[in-house]
Amino acid sequence: MISHFLIWPILLPLLSAIVMMFFWSKPREQRVISVVGHFFTLISAIFVATRTMKGDIYTLFAGNWEAPYGIVFVGDALSGALVALASFSALAVSIFSAGSIGNGRASFGFFPILQFLLMGLNGSFLAGDLFNLYVWFEVIIISSFVLITLGSEKAQLEGAMKYVTMNLLASIIFLTGIAMLYGLLGSLNLADLSRRIAESPDIGLINTAAVLLLVGFGIKSALFPMYFWLPASYHTPPAAVSAIFGGLLTKVGVYAMFRVFSLLFIDDPFIRKTIIILAILSMIAGALGAMVQENIRKIFSYLIISHIGFMFAGLGLFTELAIIGAIFYLFHDIIAKTNAFLISGIIYKIRGSFRLENIGGLYNQFPYVSILFALALFSLVGTPPLSGFWPKLYLLQGAFADLNAWMMFGILLASLLTLLAVVKIWIAAFWKKPQVRKEIQERAVWHTLDQQHKIILLTPIIMLTLASLLLAFYSSEVGSLAALIAQQLSDPRIYIEAVIPTP
Amino acid sequence: MEILLAVTIGLLYAAGIFLILRRSMVRLIIGLILLGNGANLLIFLLGRISKGKPPIIPEDSKVFTDLYADPIPQALILTAIVISFGLQAYAIILVKRAYRVTKTDDLEEMITTDEL
Repeated sequence: MISHFLIWPILLPLLSAIVMMFFWSKPREQRVISVVGHFFTLISAIFVATRTMKGDIYTLFAGNWEAPYGIVFVGDALSGALVALASFSALAVSIFSAGSIGNGRASFGFFPILQFLLMGLNGSFLAGDLFNLYVWFEVIIISSFVLITLGSEKAQLEGAMKYVTMNLLASIIFLTGIAMLYGLLGSLNLADLSRRIAESPDIGLINTAAVLLLVGFGIKSALFPMYFWLPASYHTPPAAVSAIFGGLLTKVGVYAMFRVFSLLFIDDPFIRKTIIILAILSMIAGALGAMVQENIRKIFSYLIISHIGFMFAGLGLFTELAIIGAIFYLFHDIIAKTNAFLISGIIYKIRGSFRLENIGGLYNQFPYVSILFALALFSLVGTPPLSGFWPKLYLLQGAFADLNAWMMFGILLASLLTLLAVVKIWIAAFWKKPQVRKEIQERAVWHTLDQQHKIILLTPIIMLTLASLLLAFYSSEVGSLAALIAQQLSDPRIYIEAVIPTP
Repeated sequence: MEILLAVTIGLLYAAGIFLILRRSMVRLIIGLILLGNGANLLIFLLGRISKGKPPIIPEDSKVFTDLYADPIPQALILTAIVISFGLQAYAIILVKRAYRVTKTDDLEEMITTDEL
């Protein structure tokens, strides 16, 4: 089925970025165009998602060059859902940054770059070709490089050095893996590769390429032990940038892992075991890291690492229940992490600091806003009935069915430690009395903002919290969507048949 | 030719990894550039090298009659080169800015973002 609607979530951000170029030195207009552009992208993404949710797989051959010869975009249930969620998070971040990014950053192209980032994200979710995936990854990283350094503060530049180095290295390792696969099999189309790998006798070399991809995507998704760049860099840019990074960038790595390790390298016990071990270590290491940190954004950064472990655990087990859990967790995590970082942005506006000792007493001053934050924070932990609970339940059931005691231990321990980390934030930021220091007070700008500005900053958090609640209250529907995705992922023939139909 | 290329690729990867393990920012960037070039050459080599066999169908036939050079790796390398060119240009400017702000070339001293 050739379907042109697949291209819209990629083209619309590009179009809005181009329109914004004409308003280069006019930050006010750029803010409006940015939000409008993201809004239309979201509509087109929801259109894609509602189509793919029914279980059909749509393809778009660029220039009508049929697979495996041309570039192909493929929209299956997983891609569709992720495109919609990414566009939703990006819209929220876009509204938040319209209210929080200063004219200085805006006049150096913050808003167009944000659009390019979304273009790269949507492109990589829809790519049906390994090299094309690489190119979309590069679109993402070059945009993120600009976003992380824009402003050129000392911490930003130091964080960016680590971020840039590790991401360039990951790209090179990914490219090496691509070179090996092309040399062995002579194709880069995912569906075609999947067919050829199944028939290929060179298991050893193909596994080498698989491990190269595992390392490349592992660095990008901050899997243990390749995560050190993440907590060193994600807390340095403005909160809006942290939010889109934390919510979406690592998830692209997870998506790529799910795509590649379900479609190409199936059923290799060594790789399976490696992923499971790394996932368990990732869960525990991330959660322990979150325990000791004093900066809210660093706590959230470590929680990203811990929660990436949950998704990889599902991929490692690769039973239906486990994949449902991992996919559900992926959906929940995109919303929850974006929300958490946006909340840290509001806290910074109120108190002028991200450090726990300098904030406090928020509950006394802003009880309603605090309740909103509490909902978001506790859905991050997975308190029932909030959205983090259901995927963990599926994952635990999956681990139990597989009799994998270590994984159950890891999931439960990491959940407990996440709870402790969030409770620590709650006690320090909302209940304790704040230490007032003059130089920090000057950065607290919340009380100087007018009502309209405050509403603009709070709207995205309300949006994301509502989305999180919807995920929780419609958990059986989300679960059945995840089950459809699990079914499509565990049978590569469905994907191959959709891209290269047998005559 | 293949052996020479294979040895060159090995050297580029080895030198690149050696350089990114150094503490100096400039060497780090040079290391990344070498690694990128190694990866590009690897694609070229793994696409199989055939000399003087352009992928053009002769006028009197409709399909390829002889062995021909695979054009895809070259398209891939071209894309990869352009991308890595952009990224490297960015990385060099970043090093310059970072040096100006932190006043040091030593990565061991850039640890403020790792503190609690």
